[in-house]
Amino acid sequence: MLRLPDFQYHAPRTVEEAVALKVKHGANAAFVAGGTDLLPNMKRRIRKCGHLVDVSHIDELRSAGAFEGGLRLGAAVSLEEAASNEAVRTVCPAYAEAALLVATPTIRRMGTVGGNLCLDTRCLFYNQSYEWRKGIDFCMKADGTICRVAESSPKCIAVSSSDTAPVALAAGATIELCGPGGKRAVSADSFYLGDGIDYMAKKEDELLTALVIPDQTGAQSAYVKVRARGSIDFPVIGVAVWMRRRSSDAPVEDARVVLGAVFPDPREVPAAAEALIGRALDAESIRDAADAAFRAAKPVDNTDGALSWRKEMIRVSTKRALERLGSAR
Amino acid sequence: MRSERTIDGPGKIVLSFTVNGTGVEIAVARHKTLLEVLREDLGLTGTKHGCELGECGACTVILDGAPVLACLVPAAACTGARVETVEGMAVGPALHPLQDEFAEAGAAQCGYCTSGMLLAAKNLLESNRDPTRDEIRRALAGNLCRCTGYLQIYEAIERAAARMRGAT
Repeated sequence: MLRLPDFQYHAPRTVEEAVALKVKHGANAAFVAGGTDLLPNMKRRIRKCGHLVDVSHIDELRSAGAFEGGLRLGAAVSLEEAASNEAVRTVCPAYAEAALLVATPTIRRMGTVGGNLCLDTRCLFYNQSYEWRKGIDFCMKADGTICRVAESSPKCIAVSSSDTAPVALAAGATIELCGPGGKRAVSADSFYLGDGIDYMAKKEDELLTALVIPDQTGAQSAYVKVRARGSIDFPVIGVAVWMRRRSSDAPVEDARVVLGAVFPDPREVPAAAEALIGRALDAESIRDAADAAFRAAKPVDNTDGALSWRKEMIRVSTKRALERLGSAR
Repeated sequence: MRSERTIDGPGKIVLSFTVNGTGVEIAVARHKTLLEVLREDLGLTGTKHGCELGECGACTVILDGAPVLACLVPAAACTGARVETVEGMAVGPALHPLQDEFAEAGAAQCGYCTSGMLLAAKNLLESNRDPTRDEIRRALAGNLCRCTGYLQIYEAIERAAARMRGAT
């Protein structure tokens, strides 16, 4: 039996109450909405939280829709709601695609926009029961001191496994946070830090309140995910592509290619964007961009799937995502 | 609304909610999941205890009209909620058409995934009376079955849907 450790449950009705509870209980409290990421980790004794602050009943976190030509998605909107929202599907189809590719329908109904952005980094040596982890004398991300994937690594290289985060970066999104000192907004690009332990810029006391995707007029985006089982798993590779051009035969004016499930952060590959900008989206530019993504990617052995295969699938997935944009207009 | 009262010392809460249409008020350990309360405190063992980590779907129940994984829902979050489990599907001795067709089609072998399958299917049919095979596959994507290979399950759901529409 994997039981939850003892905790006290709180269901605040406002962001201010939620933040106040977090400030009061400090590191012994955790924000939770769907619980599909946090609760398994609590059962595995990775996270020990004496207080769960459930933010899923806060009205202001529950609305989603068009906003200044883009989108504003409240943190407690479920992934299923976001994926089926008409404005989301029209304004940023890649976000809807990514949300729809998270886990299973039941998990998407529980899991939220904010939860997927804050998803704890994952690793074969970390997402295991306490006994399993004890058997290898733990790892630096929880209870131990060294990295089990690369024993000489000075830092944790657990992998960012969010499907929606690469899309947030690709679309130039902003993440809104609220803490005891008030509100602030951070670009998705600077929200993720690239360290498997300190993986996001959200401070301990801050609550992620919304994802804001800017005006997408003239933009196209797509997300391609590779995973072991099409019905449930976390990505072993994710690729989000975004670009802007005047028409389907006009040159690409601006582009972004972002890799998920490769590094501890969703990682933009500028060289892949450069291979597209100023050129028509055709077989040649797509091949060059896919090659650039392949060269930039350095997956480590911390998810399902052989390393060489995952690396090759970065090239394949980048190509597929860009081809989808090519055929969309 | 969803506040908690502490009784008889630390670690317990009084939980009042509705299970299969019946109001329940019970003192439970506050760290328990909905799954643990259903099985251990209410004796409703029809909801199965599978992976405990949200990966298998065996513990699927309907919470306020939507399927959830009971192993990942803190019981404390269920104050005032309406919960439906497999025990609520039959009316007296009359099985729900889904249960009937699952039995008829051999859609259960070991039976461990069956209650979760039934509830996921019931939820699907409430919003979609005539789902395609593909819609059924998608709706049940989070419910793993290691015995049947799924075919009989899909067929049973299609037959139950037809019966519920009055098509047969």
